[in-house]
Amino acid sequence: MDVEKFQIEPNKIAKLNNIIDKYKNQQGMLITILKKSQDIFGYLPLNVQSYISYKLNIPISKINGIVSFYSLFSQTPKGKYTVSVCLGTACYVKGAEEILKSIKKELQIDVGETTMDGMFTLNATRCIGACGLAPVITINDKVYGRLSPSDIPNILYQYLDDNKKSQLSKEMKQ
Amino acid sequence: MNINPITNFKELENIRNSYKEKIKIRFNEYRLDEELDKYHILVCTGTGCSSSESHLIIDKLENEIKKRKIEKKVKVFKTGCFGFCKMGPILVIHPQRTFYCKVSPEDVEDIIEKHILNNTVVQNLLYKSPKDNTVQEKIDEIDFFNHQMRIALRHCGIINPEDIYEYIAVDGYKPLAHILKNNISPTDIINEIKKSGLKGRGGGGFPTGLKWEYASQYKEEKKFVLCNADEGDPGAFMDRSILEGDPHSVIEAMIIAGYSIGASQGYVYVRAEYPIAVKRLEIAIEQAKKSGILDQNILGSDFSFDIDIRLGAGAFVCGEETALIQSVMGLRGEPRPRPPFPAEVGLWEMPTLNNNVETYANIPVILDKGAQWYSSIGTKDSKGTKVFALAGQIQNTGLIEVPMGTTLNTIIYEIGGGIHDNKEFKAVQTGGPSGGCIPKSLLNTEIDFKSLTDVGSMMGSGGLIVMDESDCMVDIAKFYLQFAQDESCGKCVPCRIGTKRLLEILEKITSGKGELKDLEILESLCYDIKNSSLCGLGQTAPNPILSTLKYFKNEYLEHIEHKKCPAGVCNNLLNIEIIDDKCVACGICARVCPVNAIDGKHKQPPFNINQDLCIKCGACIPKCPVDAIHKV
Repeated sequence: MDVEKFQIEPNKIAKLNNIIDKYKNQQGMLITILKKSQDIFGYLPLNVQSYISYKLNIPISKINGIVSFYSLFSQTPKGKYTVSVCLGTACYVKGAEEILKSIKKELQIDVGETTMDGMFTLNATRCIGACGLAPVITINDKVYGRLSPSDIPNILYQYLDDNKKSQLSKEMKQ
Repeated sequence: MNINPITNFKELENIRNSYKEKIKIRFNEYRLDEELDKYHILVCTGTGCSSSESHLIIDKLENEIKKRKIEKKVKVFKTGCFGFCKMGPILVIHPQRTFYCKVSPEDVEDIIEKHILNNTVVQNLLYKSPKDNTVQEKIDEIDFFNHQMRIALRHCGIINPEDIYEYIAVDGYKPLAHILKNNISPTDIINEIKKSGLKGRGGGGFPTGLKWEYASQYKEEKKFVLCNADEGDPGAFMDRSILEGDPHSVIEAMIIAGYSIGASQGYVYVRAEYPIAVKRLEIAIEQAKKSGILDQNILGSDFSFDIDIRLGAGAFVCGEETALIQSVMGLRGEPRPRPPFPAEVGLWEMPTLNNNVETYANIPVILDKGAQWYSSIGTKDSKGTKVFALAGQIQNTGLIEVPMGTTLNTIIYEIGGGIHDNKEFKAVQTGGPSGGCIPKSLLNTEIDFKSLTDVGSMMGSGGLIVMDESDCMVDIAKFYLQFAQDESCGKCVPCRIGTKRLLEILEKITSGKGELKDLEILESLCYDIKNSSLCGLGQTAPNPILSTLKYFKNEYLEHIEHKKCPAGVCNNLLNIEIIDDKCVACGICARVCPVNAIDGKHKQPPFNINQDLCIKCGACIPKCPVDAIHKV
């Protein structure tokens, strides 16, 4: 089969091949291959799933069954920043629901959606293990704890602001 | 780090003795003559403290030490979780055992200047007991640690988890070496574990020794050892803390398990969402391999055993043994009926032994100190200690380890410091989505596997969430049902559809549309689902409803009969009202109301909310300049 048919970005195909070649001969590494592929693309688009299916000779239905089963995998593109609200019990009893509401209102999106400008994706996660800081949200890898709903606009604004600044400085350099 | 292979038992002993010397400062009492001029600064790098950027503190400490050229006098180490997450980031200085809490990078200069150079404590960073405001300076003096007994967490907060030699220094790999050196028979090891009375810490509490015995009986050529590190419970983080703070104890136990059942390959199944735990585990496995403790001919013996990591991808059901095995093979984590049990037909159809992280962490110390020592701790039914993740409406949140038989009262009031904001205690939830809520009248329950089941809850993996008067028990039941519904794998109908129906009824009740007959349907459906589900997830999913129905039925009745939520949580049952005396009739609330439910005349208080029109969005509440609008 012609590899070009899969329409995968040329700069990423080598990385993807590396991962597949590294793990394909070990038993039970499909989840790891999918996880590492998702790290490259940010999500798992259908063409990547088909490519993995073709390379590993595993039916696409089985691959998609796994991708759709685990919450770690996403089949839609994610925003530049992923906002995850911890809905563990400790955070819940400390008011995580109100925090989630505040973020939904601020970004005008629901859980699992991405803002129109591609900046933010909103997720609800289970316990991240920082219960002492409850209620907690994470934005990409940064953790914000002991929040109240009124903290949310400022936190989100900071990201928009940083993004604007970094874009401006990019333009200046050009 | 430079690591050379250890090829025989003598070498291991030599390393142990020389490293023991290097870290003895952390164990000795403060001795003026000898240790005055040497310090070890231990900084917590568990998930909690890392989240409050403890690595910045380490960087700053190292810079400061370099700048002042005192590298010989003071050394900085990262450790796993100390447990007192509420007070993070935490830093302990040995040999004085001074406990500094809520440290920020700005405090670093002060610590070096005062503590290290002038031998005085930094007063403002010491812990103050919320009870009487007394300063508790040393880690051993603090109430939070006083009632604890650390076995599974014995090395967390003491050794650097990224240095195998520190683990060896605290007698790590000694039990393994003893077994291999003296050719101790697998039967003897299994008997010792059986005698210790250790039960699985993952939830069900199956006797560990017996599990090992079953797995050892099958004679297939290939067998596997699994470690379940897929902690999916909302509100539990003990397993990841052990992996973050003491990964080698789990590796050692898995090697011993492999030796005991005749396996040569192990897998740790750990969540990809736990980056610190995965990283530390990878480092530990690599160091163990380089040291000749893993892989071929362990410590120069004929025994070979290897461990690999398999990433879990976030599915609660994968904590169930048979689902976990599917997931380790890279498939959808769907459970299957048992028998056959995994001990007979497991990974790739081969006999497989599966234990949880905390269970493994107990194994080396049991073999080191003996079954008799271990079984002297705990209750008649449950031996040893249990790690709990203490959280919720409580003063001291964190990770604790107590002997079985400790009362809930001691945990909540002595260790936990009581309820936050002087509120009234309502319930404590144990066992996560599989457990239940325990009311005030049962606070004297001595916790062990049986007593918790007797009161309608369970041990589970060990989340312990405290709730107060501001928590609605119907809402909490709904929260857990939502979780079970989301996490059901969908394979069996009672779980997939049954939990959905339960959730719908709870939603009906919390939105004010509940009828008395719903309670009967709720209860009978709960029992049907318990009895007919395929795996533990479905069989225990109704527990949060059953226990709240048993102990807090009046709250359900309030919701149904009086359409009121006593705790003030369920939005649909609350009215938004204006306090007449406070209202200044500015009219801001009326302008923000999206449905024009508020009216009144400018400067002629009070304004009014038309309850029939109000959609309870609450938009008016934060806008009121005099704080006159409230939910009632």
